Amino acid sequence: MTVESTAARKPRRSGTKRPAGAASAAKPAAATAKTHDAEPQLVQLLTPEGVRVDVAENPDVAEFAPFVADITTDDLRGLYRDMVMTRRFDGEATALQRQGELGLWASLLGQEAAQIGSGRALRDDDYVFPTYREHGVAWCRGVDPTNLLGMFRGVNHGGWDPTTNNFHLYTIVIGSQTLHATGYAMGVAKDGADSAVIAYFGDGASSQGDVAEAFTFSAVYNSPVVFFCQNNQWAISEPTERQMRVPLYQRAQGFGFPGVRVDGNDVLACLAVTRWALERARRGEGPTLVEAFTYRMGAHTTSDDPTKYRRDEETAAWEAKDPILRLKAHLLATGAADEAYFAELEVESEAMGKRVREVVRSMPDPDTMAIFENVYADGHALVDEERAQFAAYLASFEGGE
Amino acid sequence: MAVQKLTIAKALNDSLRKALEQDPKVLIMGEDVGKLGGVFRITDGLQKDFGEERVIDTPLAESGIVGTAIGLALRGYRPVVEIQFDGFVFPAYDQIVTQLAKMHARSLGTIKMPVVIRIPYAGGIGAVEHHSESPETLFAHVPGLKVVSPSNASDAYWMLQQAILSDDPVIFFEPKRRYWDKGEVDVEAIPDALHASRVARTGTDITLAAYGPMVKVCLEAAAAAAEEGKSVEVLDLRSMSPVDFDGIQASVEKTRRLVVVHEAPVFLGVGSEIAARITERCFYHLEAPVLRVGGYHAPYPPARLEDEYLPGLDRVLDAVDRSLAY
Repeated sequence: MTVESTAARKPRRSGTKRPAGAASAAKPAAATAKTHDAEPQLVQLLTPEGVRVDVAENPDVAEFAPFVADITTDDLRGLYRDMVMTRRFDGEATALQRQGELGLWASLLGQEAAQIGSGRALRDDDYVFPTYREHGVAWCRGVDPTNLLGMFRGVNHGGWDPTTNNFHLYTIVIGSQTLHATGYAMGVAKDGADSAVIAYFGDGASSQGDVAEAFTFSAVYNSPVVFFCQNNQWAISEPTERQMRVPLYQRAQGFGFPGVRVDGNDVLACLAVTRWALERARRGEGPTLVEAFTYRMGAHTTSDDPTKYRRDEETAAWEAKDPILRLKAHLLATGAADEAYFAELEVESEAMGKRVREVVRSMPDPDTMAIFENVYADGHALVDEERAQFAAYLASFEGGE
Repeated sequence: MAVQKLTIAKALNDSLRKALEQDPKVLIMGEDVGKLGGVFRITDGLQKDFGEERVIDTPLAESGIVGTAIGLALRGYRPVVEIQFDGFVFPAYDQIVTQLAKMHARSLGTIKMPVVIRIPYAGGIGAVEHHSESPETLFAHVPGLKVVSPSNASDAYWMLQQAILSDDPVIFFEPKRRYWDKGEVDVEAIPDALHASRVARTGTDITLAAYGPMVKVCLEAAAAAAEEGKSVEVLDLRSMSPVDFDGIQASVEKTRRLVVVHEAPVFLGVGSEIAARITERCFYHLEAPVLRVGGYHAPYPPARLEDEYLPGLDRVLDAVDRSLAY
């Protein structure tokens, strides 16, 4: 029996749906910032002031702009709504943690564009491997936001069936999921499917060996995976200077696949670049590293205090690049939306916030005996023995179960 | 012919071949498992017959091997991973413990993790550092993992297939110094359950419980003791997670004495757990405390010292004598 090797795999996709005018062949490493100190050269399609970038005057973005050429004003409003709803949900979760309803929360504040842009680039049959902060991507995948809160409330370690929405469970150990994504993508290629896989991770995780191993495996097996790094500048209290000495996206070159740095606060650019990378994967051209250059406006989690490790001026500078405000400015300037639209959205997001509050507060604690459930798929004598002992112990109390 | 005389190595090879034939989702992955057939040739010829898509030579990165196997399992494959030597499993330990072992539980049973990790383990071949360790306790201690070790060709053949069929992750320890021991394999037999212990020799005075490479030593000790008029029962535990405590209890209720033998360090080892549980279960049956024979709380020594470090016939017989003296 002879089987074609993965590395030699021919393009698996025919008749790929691509936006009109999209470049036919992708070139590696489109963004080429020279040094770490230089102003990062970003793929940007919407300026912080909300103005669409003129492609004719910015040849660097010419390769990516066609990937959002099909975006209508309806789509733009949809992206805006996604970001607003996600921010509202995130704010609600932060408040619920402060009220003692959640044990912990990892806020995505400031990273809405990176998550919504990349999340909306995905097809239903693509598969997502998130960290623990991808609430916006979960939103795009149709995961009920309240399901994301179970693990932070302490009632479960997941809360959704990953196969329903092709959205894997949150992974806490940083970088681990990049290998799962790579293995999954190896399987996609073996199946001859034309779906793609996306792995999310952060700048801190880029220091982990698992991420380097994922890059190696995906490169040598030419796996259809997109590595989407949200470089939010801080790994808890450690700045990117403690993670790397060259811009992150350049690392891909050493592994033999393209890396692109995109303005992570520009939802259009994130959408375009992720679509571009996914198309490469679907065509059998292997992995891509996307570095979404963004900023975590809040704490790493509700457990830390960013005022201890970063300057107010830095945060203020990033506030001016806010992903939601810039799209709002664009929608207003172009007449794609009016104040009535924003007011309507406000009402909708408030209703969602209310529902989240109610659902979280009424989340039941798991049944005590759940401790022993699903430890093994095929059962295990020791678990059975300890379950029986514990049940007998509980029953020994007066009125016990 | 249903019954063949095979080495453990060949039995494992045949077992993998059968698994590849029976289920197209079964994959073999690891360093040098393809063209070379593995450093112990356990995967010899499999890539030639099943191709590079199913018998996959991997980069030299253990965490990557196990991590991608997890992803492949999520996609519906059943990866059988080879870690080249025991001491090299530790770069993958994080993926095994924090991810592989917990995926089923944290998904509330949604996700199955049918991944087998084969590890040639334990000493006695005169190897260099990191090539002779017995880390089974570190895996048996982790909920979500199953840990087994065959001691003979028949078990090698059957237990590996049973491990591959299991929807749980199984750490499959292969006693590397026994790879070339021959035994009868009935490929049409109905095998013992994967986690059941087996009475390898019946006796009435004392029970020796062992697994993997130590079963042979215990059988030799039992034969030597028989010449002195002592009737020694030898239990092949076969599984370290779960442990067949019912099987051990049945034997101890008959012999009233138990010695547990393994190569791994005694402190907090599988033998410690067995001693504790059997003491609880058989307190009124025991004529002597449960004794343990095993490695010391020291790094695995250089090869020239391993004969002193590893439990041999004399150390096992000494423990038998000590137990019988109570």
